[in-house]
Amino acid sequence: MASYKLNINGESREIDVAEDTPMLWVLRDNLHLVGTKYGCGIAQCGACTIHVDGKAVRSCQLRVSQVGEKKITTIEGLSEDGSHPVQQAWIEHDVPQCGYCQAGQIMTASALLAENKNPSDTDIATAMNGNICRCGTYTRIRAAVKTAAKNA
Amino acid sequence: MTNDINHKRRSFIKVSAAAGGGMMLGFNFIACKEESKIPDFIAPNLSEPSEWTTLNGFLSIGDNGVVTIMSPNPEIGQNVKTSMPMIVAEELDADWNQVIVEQAGLDTENFERQIAGGSQSIRHGWKNLRKTGATARNLLLQAAAAKLDVTIEELTTSKGIIYHEASDKSLGYGEVASLAADYTAPEEIKLKDPKDFAIIGHDTRNVDGFSIVQGKPLYGLDVNMPGTKIAMIVHPPAFGMKLKSMDDGSIKSMSGITDVVKINVEPEGWNPQWSDVNAYPELVAIVGNSTWEVMKAKKAIKIDWEGETALENSVDHEATMTKLLAEQDGELARKDGDPDKAFADADKVVEKTYTAPFLAHNTMEPMNFYANVTADKAELIGPIQTPMFLEGTLEGVLGIPKENISIMMTRMGGGFGRRLYGHFATEAALISQAVQKPVKLVYTREDDMTQGTYRPAYKVTYKAGLDKDGNLLAFGIKGSGIPGSPVFENRFPAGAVDHYQVQNIQVETNISTGAWRAPRSNFIATAEQSFLDEVAEAAGKDPIDFRLSLFDKAIKEPVGKDNDYDAERYAGVLKLVKEKANWGSETSGVYRGVSAYYCHNSYVAQVLDVEISGDVPKVKRVYCAVDCGIVVNPMAAKNQIEGGIVDGIGHAMYSAMTFKDGAPEQSNFHNYRLIRQAEAPESIEVFFVDNGIDPTGLGEPSLPPIGAALANALYQAVGKRFYQQPFGNENDLLG
Ligand code: FES
Ligand code: FES
Repeated sequence: MASYKLNINGESREIDVAEDTPMLWVLRDNLHLVGTKYGCGIAQCGACTIHVDGKAVRSCQLRVSQVGEKKITTIEGLSEDGSHPVQQAWIEHDVPQCGYCQAGQIMTASALLAENKNPSDTDIATAMNGNICRCGTYTRIRAAVKTAAKNA
Repeated sequence: MTNDINHKRRSFIKVSAAAGGGMMLGFNFIACKEESKIPDFIAPNLSEPSEWTTLNGFLSIGDNGVVTIMSPNPEIGQNVKTSMPMIVAEELDADWNQVIVEQAGLDTENFERQIAGGSQSIRHGWKNLRKTGATARNLLLQAAAAKLDVTIEELTTSKGIIYHEASDKSLGYGEVASLAADYTAPEEIKLKDPKDFAIIGHDTRNVDGFSIVQGKPLYGLDVNMPGTKIAMIVHPPAFGMKLKSMDDGSIKSMSGITDVVKINVEPEGWNPQWSDVNAYPELVAIVGNSTWEVMKAKKAIKIDWEGETALENSVDHEATMTKLLAEQDGELARKDGDPDKAFADADKVVEKTYTAPFLAHNTMEPMNFYANVTADKAELIGPIQTPMFLEGTLEGVLGIPKENISIMMTRMGGGFGRRLYGHFATEAALISQAVQKPVKLVYTREDDMTQGTYRPAYKVTYKAGLDKDGNLLAFGIKGSGIPGSPVFENRFPAGAVDHYQVQNIQVETNISTGAWRAPRSNFIATAEQSFLDEVAEAAGKDPIDFRLSLFDKAIKEPVGKDNDYDAERYAGVLKLVKEKANWGSETSGVYRGVSAYYCHNSYVAQVLDVEISGDVPKVKRVYCAVDCGIVVNPMAAKNQIEGGIVDGIGHAMYSAMTFKDGAPEQSNFHNYRLIRQAEAPESIEVFFVDNGIDPTGLGEPSLPPIGAALANALYQAVGKRFYQQPFGNENDLLG
C-alpha cells in the first residue's frame, strides 16, 4: 500500500492503494467514479478509456504509480452537465443501445477531436478501432463523431 | 426529484382498483425504488410534485402533472425501457416531456412476463400496456367529468390536459389525479385508432441516453452499497473437470482478502430449472476489499482439478457431425410428397454442407451481481434477463421463501441471451450467505468467456433437386448440432416445394450451451439463404426472382399445413428491398448479395454491397426491409436493426469459440475476435413496411439473414462460396 495524490477531473484526490493497481480500479473502487468501464482488462476493448493530459489512455493498463502529476479526466469530468459536443452529438444520434461501451467511445472520440478538428472517415475508423461495441452501434458512432466535429 | 426527501414529503398514495389486464393493482413504485437503492438521474429538468397518486401498478401522476411510468421488463439494450412506457403514455394521452420512466424490480403480483428474451416484450405487452394507459385515462376523465359536472363523452384529452370544448374549460391530469383514484374503470375500454397515435411511431430518444453519455452509475457493476465486499469465482479450466481440492492458505494472508469459500449452486435434491444451465456448479469464491486485490489472489490461488467426464475437442466435434450427416438417417421432422423419387427424377441436384462454431455471448459488461443474504432475507441487485426464474432458483438454493427475496434489475451492458441463465446471481447469493456479508460478484472477462452457455456448433446439409426448366422439385435438410439441430422444419421453403424433407441429428456434449441472439436462426438463415443463392444460380435464375416464385407457390398452392410464415409478407419485404436497393442495376466494382428470413414473427430482407478496396473486400452498404408491424419507436427500431446487422456480419466473419481437451482456446478479445469500427458497413438503410399490424419482434430478426447476404455478395466479388463460419480474415477471403 502506498499513498497517492492524484489530479482527477480538476480536483485533488488522495488514495491509499497498492502501487500496481490499475487506474481503472482506483477510479471505480476507491473514487466511485464508475463511468469508466471494465470490459477486458487487457487493452483490447477501450471501455476503460480516460484522458491523461488530454490523450486517450486505457486505464486498465495505467498503474496508479505511473500517474504522478498528470491530469486525469474521466467521463464524469468531460463536462459538468453533459454539454460537451461529443456527448450532445451522441444524444442527437441516439447512439447507445445497452450503452456500456459508450463512455469509452466518447472519451476516445473527444480525444480525437481535440487533436483533429475535421477527421476523415479513415481517421475516425483508425482512432475508434480500439473501442468494441458488442451491440453494433458503429455507424451511429461514426455519424455522431462527424456531427460533434461540426458543432465543436 | 424522486429522492428521499420527496418520498417523505408525499402526503399519501391512493390506490385504485383499476382493471387492466390483471397485471397491476396497488403497486407502490416508491417502495420498490427505495429498496433498490440505486442512484437515479432521471429527468433533472422536471419539477417535483408535492403529492403522487398511483393509479395502477404502472403509473403515478403528480399533482403538477408529472407522470411516472414503470418499465416492468429488463433492459438489455433493446430499448424497452423507452418503448414500453411510450405505449402506456400513448393511451394515457400524456405529454411525453412530462414523463419519468422508472425501472421496476421483480414484482410477479403486479407485472406479467418480466423477461427479456425471444424479442417478445413489445409483442406480448402491446395490448396490456395500451389498456393500462387507457384505463388510467378513463379514471382521470371520470374525475374531471364530475368536477366540471359534465359527461365523460363531452371531454377530450391531449398531452396531459383534459378539455371541455363547449365551456372552453380545461384541467391538467395533475389537478384531477387524486380524485381519479376513487373511480373504477369499466371492464371494456376503448383504445386509440392507430392513426391517432401521437407518441407511438415517432422518434423518441432513449430515456437513459443522457445518463449514459455522462457515465452515471446504471449497470450491475456500478452498484455500490455500503459495506460491500468484492467476490470473484474460480471455475474449472475445462468442461468435464471439477474441483478436487484447494489450498486457501496460499492466498488467505494476501492484502485485502477476507474470505475464501467453496460454494455449490446445485445442492443435493434440488431440481434445476431451464434457466439454471451451468457446467460448473461447484466453485471456489474469493472475497476481499477491492477488485484488484481479489484479482491478484485469484491468480495466486492453488487449486487442484480432476476429470469427471470426457474432455472434448473441436476437431472431434467437426468429425463427428460430418460422419453422422454422411452416414446416418436423422430423426424425421417433416416430410411432404416423395422426396426420394423427386431427387431421382431431378435434372440437376445441388448438395452443400454449412458449418459454424460455438460462439460466446461476450456482453460488454461481464456477468456480475450484488447479493445481501441474511438469515431469513435475500436482497439481490443486478443484470438479469429472467428475474422471475431467478427468484424460484434462489428459493430452492438458499432455503429462503420467495416473499423474503427481492430482486432489482439494473440496466444491462448487453444480454444477447447470456443473462437468461442466472447462475452468477445464485453464486453471488451463496457467497454472501457463506461469508455473511453483502458481496458484489464480478466475473473477469476470462471467467465470462470461458464459463460456457455458448451458442451451439452446427452443421447442416442442404439438397435441392431442379427440373430441366430450373424449377425447384425437391428440397432436403439434414441438420446436426452440438447439441441439437438448428432446423425449423416448418419454415420456408417448407410449403413452397412439393417434395420436402427434414431430418435432425442430435449430438451430446458436456459443454454448456444456451440461447444466443436469435437462437438457431442465427445459423440456419445464413446456411439456407446461401444455399438458395447457389440453387438459383444452378437454375439460371435471378436470386430474388427465384425466391419470389417460391413464395408465389406458397401463396397460391401451399404444400402441407403447418407452414410457419405468411408468404405474402415474406415476399413483401423482398420486393421492398429489391426496389430500394435498385436491384438489377450494375455499378462497376460493387458486388451484391441478397438474403431474406423470418423469425420472431417479423420479416426481414437485405441487400448487401461489397467493394474491393486494395485487396480486401469491404462491406459498403446494407439495405434492409423489415416487416415487424407497427413500429413503436422508429429511431430506436432502426438502431436495433443496424445493431443486428453489424453483429451478424461480425460473427459470420470473425468469431469462433473452439476447444482443446475440454478447455476453451479463446479467453479474451485478443484471441476472440469481434467486429470493430473499421469493419462495420459504411451505411445501413432501413425501410419499414407500414401495415398497421400489431408489433412483432425487433431485437433479433435482422441478425440471422445478414450472414448470407454477405456470403452471397462475397461470392460475386471473389468467386468463392463460403460454407464454413467464420468466413475468415481478409487473406483467406481472397484465397
Ligand atoms: S478494459 Fe481496458 S481496454 Fe478493455
Ligand atoms: S452500446 Fe452496447 S456495447 Fe456498445
